[in-house]
Amino acid sequence: MVIKVLGSGCANCKKLEAHAKEAVAQLGVDATIEKVTDFKDIAAYGVMRTPALVVDEQVKIVGKVASVEEIKNLLK
Amino acid sequence: MNVITQIFSWLSDQLLKMKWLSDLVGLLVEKVFGLEVTQRVGGSIHFFIYDTIKIFILLSVLIFIISYIQSFYPPEKTKKILGRFKGIKGNLLGALLGTVTPFCSCSSIPIFIGFTSAGLPLGVTFSFLISSPLVDIASFLLLMSFFGLKIALAYVIVGLVLAVIGGTIIDKLKMQKYVEGYVWGVDNVDVEYEELTSKERVDFAKGQVREIINKVWLYILLGVGIGAAIHNWIPQSVIERIIGENNPLAVLLATVVGIPIYADIFGTIPIAEALFNKGVGIGTIISFMMGVTALSLPSMIMLSKVIKPKLLAIFISIVTIGIIIIGYAFNAFSYIFI
Repeated sequence: MVIKVLGSGCANCKKLEAHAKEAVAQLGVDATIEKVTDFKDIAAYGVMRTPALVVDEQVKIVGKVASVEEIKNLLK
Repeated sequence: MNVITQIFSWLSDQLLKMKWLSDLVGLLVEKVFGLEVTQRVGGSIHFFIYDTIKIFILLSVLIFIISYIQSFYPPEKTKKILGRFKGIKGNLLGALLGTVTPFCSCSSIPIFIGFTSAGLPLGVTFSFLISSPLVDIASFLLLMSFFGLKIALAYVIVGLVLAVIGGTIIDKLKMQKYVEGYVWGVDNVDVEYEELTSKERVDFAKGQVREIINKVWLYILLGVGIGAAIHNWIPQSVIERIIGENNPLAVLLATVVGIPIYADIFGTIPIAEALFNKGVGIGTIISFMMGVTALSLPSMIMLSKVIKPKLLAIFISIVTIGIIIIGYAFNAFSYIFI
């Protein structure tokens, strides 16, 4: 699966990315994590609050740093 | 009636103005440090400790309350609501929702693109963008704590009027072609927003308090430091000469100095308070605070990514001129408020 972290590079975006990596590692699933930093691309997902998490092109989390547990639940 | 007024004024003095804290810090300065609060050094220390504690208490409580309210109005929802209104009603609603939608300069771009791609009129988006950093419940309660109910109410009302008029002018000027082309190419996508549970709202509000204190504590200490310096070390005559009531350019100066500064209302209030105590006109102070909160260099740089220089210049001019007019009006009618 493809996980995208949407955000312009703020501290919270980095935190969310780290949590996503941790969640993937703990579950041992096969996933690539990409960063989307361009505002145009972020807006194309309809996201107006960063950071956001997109899993397989579906917006799952908007405007908050989700915990590792929350992300794990999303990926299962 | 009398009892109710008394209860209200007691609540206002103790809870909002925190007189108990002032008295407590006064005792600390006099008994522990052995300094007179009426003297320069003692007075500065009293101002610094009292204002710092007071602002941090207010900050925590107010951010918690507004974040809880804001959790009901994510920008996705605001976008949908605004889509249903046209004309001046849209501007008014944009300005009002701007006060309850969570906002920071870093999210102004996605919000701008999101609103525009949803087909909202440019004027409505700008009404929102003007009111969002300028007016919220925190600024209202904070102003009430430091300057009283009348000034707080007047501030909120003129702030909203500025947002509505500013947005309406931009609408009438037909500035659509000065929005960067790629913005129009973005498809409107509605993200499903799930309703949060009460616990999630409380968690969100707690998180906001933590995040905002992390972000602004230094600015607040800086603001209180400057406030303390103005309060006790800069002679009244100097302040009066520069921004006193006899200087017709005072409001202009206060606005121009305030605009590039990036801080929120919590950092500016101690400076405003100290200037107020030195007899600076209330309009001059409000212009300074509005200049600081409404416009800042970082937000202009952000906006320049989605709008062309001409529209940016018009936006900045409208807000600046509006703030200056507000300042002179407040000074002229200050007898109503004080």
